[in-house]
Amino acid sequence: MGKPTELVQGTLDLLILKTLALEPMHGWGIAQRIRQISKDVLQVNQGALYPALHRLEHQGWIRAKWGESDNNRRAKYYSLTADGSRYLREQQAQWNRLSGAIDLVLETN
Amino acid sequence: MRWTNQLQLRIRSLFQRQAADRELNDELDFHLQKQTEEFIAQGMDPQEARLAALRSFGGVTQHQEECREARGTRFLENIPQDIRFGLRMLRRSPGFSILTILCLTLGIGANAAVFTWIEGTVLRPYPLVSHQERVMVLGGTERGVSRVVPISWPDFLDLRKNCTLIDSFIAEKITGATLSIGERSETATGSLVSANYFDALGIHPILGRGFTPDEDYGRNAHPEMVISYVEWQTRFQGDPRVIGKTQLLNGVPHTIVGVAPQGFYGTFVGYSWQFWVPASMQETFDSTGYHLEDRGERWIEGFARLKPGVTLDQARQEVAAVAKRLEAEYPATNRGHGVTLLPIWQSPFNATSAVLPILVVTLGAVFFVLLIASANVSNLLLVKAFGRRHEMTVRLAMGAGRSRILQQLLTEGLILSSIAAAGGLLVAYWCRNLLTVVLPARTAPLYVPGNIDWRVLAMSAAVCLIATLVFALVPAIQTSNMDLAGALKSESGTLLGARGRSRLRSGLVLVQVALSFLLLVGAGLVIQSLHALRNADPGFSARGLMVTYLDLFGTSYDRERASNFQDQLLDRVRAISGVQSAAYSRNIPFTYRPYSSAPIKVDGYDAAPDERIEIEYNEVSPGYFATTGIPLVSGRDFTRADNETAHPVAIVNETMAARYWRGADAIGKRLQVKDRSMTVVGVAKNSKYENLLEANKPFFYVPLRQNPSTFVLINIRSQMEPATVASALGREIQSLDPNLTAYRVLTMRDLMDRMNSSQHVAVTLLGIFGGLALLLAAIGVYGVMSYAVSQSTRDLGLRIALGATAPDLLRLVMSQGFFLTAGGVAAGAAAALGLTRLMGYVLYNVSPRDPLTFAAAFLVMALVCSSACLLPALRAAKIDPIRALRE
Repeated sequence: MGKPTELVQGTLDLLILKTLALEPMHGWGIAQRIRQISKDVLQVNQGALYPALHRLEHQGWIRAKWGESDNNRRAKYYSLTADGSRYLREQQAQWNRLSGAIDLVLETN
Repeated sequence: MRWTNQLQLRIRSLFQRQAADRELNDELDFHLQKQTEEFIAQGMDPQEARLAALRSFGGVTQHQEECREARGTRFLENIPQDIRFGLRMLRRSPGFSILTILCLTLGIGANAAVFTWIEGTVLRPYPLVSHQERVMVLGGTERGVSRVVPISWPDFLDLRKNCTLIDSFIAEKITGATLSIGERSETATGSLVSANYFDALGIHPILGRGFTPDEDYGRNAHPEMVISYVEWQTRFQGDPRVIGKTQLLNGVPHTIVGVAPQGFYGTFVGYSWQFWVPASMQETFDSTGYHLEDRGERWIEGFARLKPGVTLDQARQEVAAVAKRLEAEYPATNRGHGVTLLPIWQSPFNATSAVLPILVVTLGAVFFVLLIASANVSNLLLVKAFGRRHEMTVRLAMGAGRSRILQQLLTEGLILSSIAAAGGLLVAYWCRNLLTVVLPARTAPLYVPGNIDWRVLAMSAAVCLIATLVFALVPAIQTSNMDLAGALKSESGTLLGARGRSRLRSGLVLVQVALSFLLLVGAGLVIQSLHALRNADPGFSARGLMVTYLDLFGTSYDRERASNFQDQLLDRVRAISGVQSAAYSRNIPFTYRPYSSAPIKVDGYDAAPDERIEIEYNEVSPGYFATTGIPLVSGRDFTRADNETAHPVAIVNETMAARYWRGADAIGKRLQVKDRSMTVVGVAKNSKYENLLEANKPFFYVPLRQNPSTFVLINIRSQMEPATVASALGREIQSLDPNLTAYRVLTMRDLMDRMNSSQHVAVTLLGIFGGLALLLAAIGVYGVMSYAVSQSTRDLGLRIALGATAPDLLRLVMSQGFFLTAGGVAAGAAAALGLTRLMGYVLYNVSPRDPLTFAAAFLVMALVCSSACLLPALRAAKIDPIRALRE
């Protein structure tokens, strides 16, 4: 396993929202999910994760609720709001356009 | 939806902070537990796993802090904390706090005070009058004449009938009257007003009523008066049954119908009125005859109150259009005459337009004073910041963000300036009527409004913020850019480490010196200007010239008797020992009383097709030119033989002779004035008629005897005191008619001073604020120099140890001070060259770049700065090298 890739600035929000689009999840779960799906390429720094979650919550894209985790421990579950999923769609489209454009530039000799 | 959620969250993080923090703890704790479990699953023992989890998480406290930041309410949460801390810091160094607050109080207070004056003069010149923002001055225009003139009563009525954008037209004519009480008679000041005057201005009489609409009509049909509150209190002792009583005004009994409310002084800035009568009574108060039906007699000064939402431009267009129609309808009287509206503060009918530019210049000056005060505070804060270096370093090392420290320092600054702003408002409140003190005394009670209202509060808040930004930002940025490691390492201030800071402080002092130099130049220029004005040549000899008046109108004298009385009196006055000469005239220079003017025709001078030559004139008795000292260039003076039965004659001034007879000798030429043909018998030198600043204009004189009047002014030339002349004159009048009294005798110098009053105001205000600026700058220079000396004690001690003598050190410190001053003066001079141009319109006969003023300002600045440096320099010279090096 090589050194985990640093996240591109601003993409963490996108990854969090995408992860939450699947199902409500707590912070730890989100970090794990991102790592698993990216096959250990993307490592989320916890120090960045929680401030990001709080910021997204305050922006109204996600909402938090306390719930029971796997072994009956209280955990804070985040879920996507309606606004959040709309925002995610927009951001994803934008990301696709951007990465497409970058690919185009890189592939052009 | 979203924003309600957001609001809820914000409120929660603000007001249920502990719950929110607890949840944050729980959340992060959950994360750590999961991580620990994972490490245990990987084979670590629980203890070790917990530590590893903590390690991998990084600084828990920092992350918590970052999460709190992410809530976006951090800024608000910190405010109370910062304020508490700031107040504690202020209490800890009371000397520093008092000094800074005092500096700022002076700065903010001066700004607020001048602002209240300006605001009062511009927005609320007339106390109690409602909706003053919609009240405009109504005035006539004349082709080829730049100033605004009165309009006629018929034109006024037509405007009232035909304008749709204007709520009400208000007519006013200032008038003096003889008020007879029993045996005694005295003069009272009041106004002839249109009947809607009180209603339209929103003034409700506290007793009785104002005037009713029908009272605008009927020649002399409504001998009624409304008296002022002061009049009611002083003359009638506040008698509630005063309504219905009569008083003799100019000999005509007037019924008192109302009492104006307390605080209403009338609508003439700087004076207060005693009575108001309907305009239909004009003939009783005007010795020049009945004018209510004469469209050619222009005597009304007025106001127009716009309807809500109507702009000045729209209303102006409408009145101009109506005036245009009147011009077409009545060409004989109205050709070339228009009507316009002006904002109140541009009124040509009183002193506002002269005082306002001065106040604006003063506002500029006090703003500079504020900047200088702020620079001083900034310097003090820099010194303090140096002392708090350790505290800041610790804060930074503990993880405080630089913006957080900036916020803390700005809050502290804001506390200082808020306290100072409160003090400043107090200063402004005390000074709100100071302008009254500054303005020279006038013959009538003076009122200049100043008031603390929301605009003043808003302005002070803005000034307070600006000041805070100016003085707190510089040290704050410096602190937040501090080199952490460097600051922690070096505890003692070496000269090297402090160099950046000292350069900054020197820069601030430079700015102070520059700004106060600028103010000194400004003050110097207005002083020069006043000097020039006082020495300006009015075209006659003002020294030893006195004026008073004799009003036989409203007494039992008819024109014939009045004329005889005047002749007898003049002979007696001329015989008083100590009186060199005396003469009558219908008007005198430099008062608000306008000169009469008449259309003229000159044989051989072809007027342009549309040119209507109207020239001002004065009616004078024989001996007028000798008495006033206006030289006659050629021809003769009037004599007593130039009376009603003789052929009309005139004396023209040089400008008129040159313009209409083009260099040919004007003597003996014919001059058509209105419908009378006159012969020019003399040419007089030009003089000033309305003010000292006017350009030479055509003017002529006609004999008073050819159009006798019951109202005349007496010009007396004498070296005696005015009071002596007055009592001698009083005796002569009484010996001719015991029922008459003399009026006050004024010197021409008084009149000229009164006319120059705005220049006096400018000198006084700029003098005060220039002095204040100088004082603050001196404190700044002193502060920087003595701080520099105290910081480089070791360096100076070393120099002594190496052989420098006391004079060497003295020279070293003084030269540093000199460079500061020289730099500041250079910058100030450059700024002054650019900025004093803006003062051009308040200066008389002085170049805004007057080298003498600049030199004087430089001298003063150099003197003050070197004395400010002297003390620190002497202290430097007395440094004991052994102690300095050991410390």
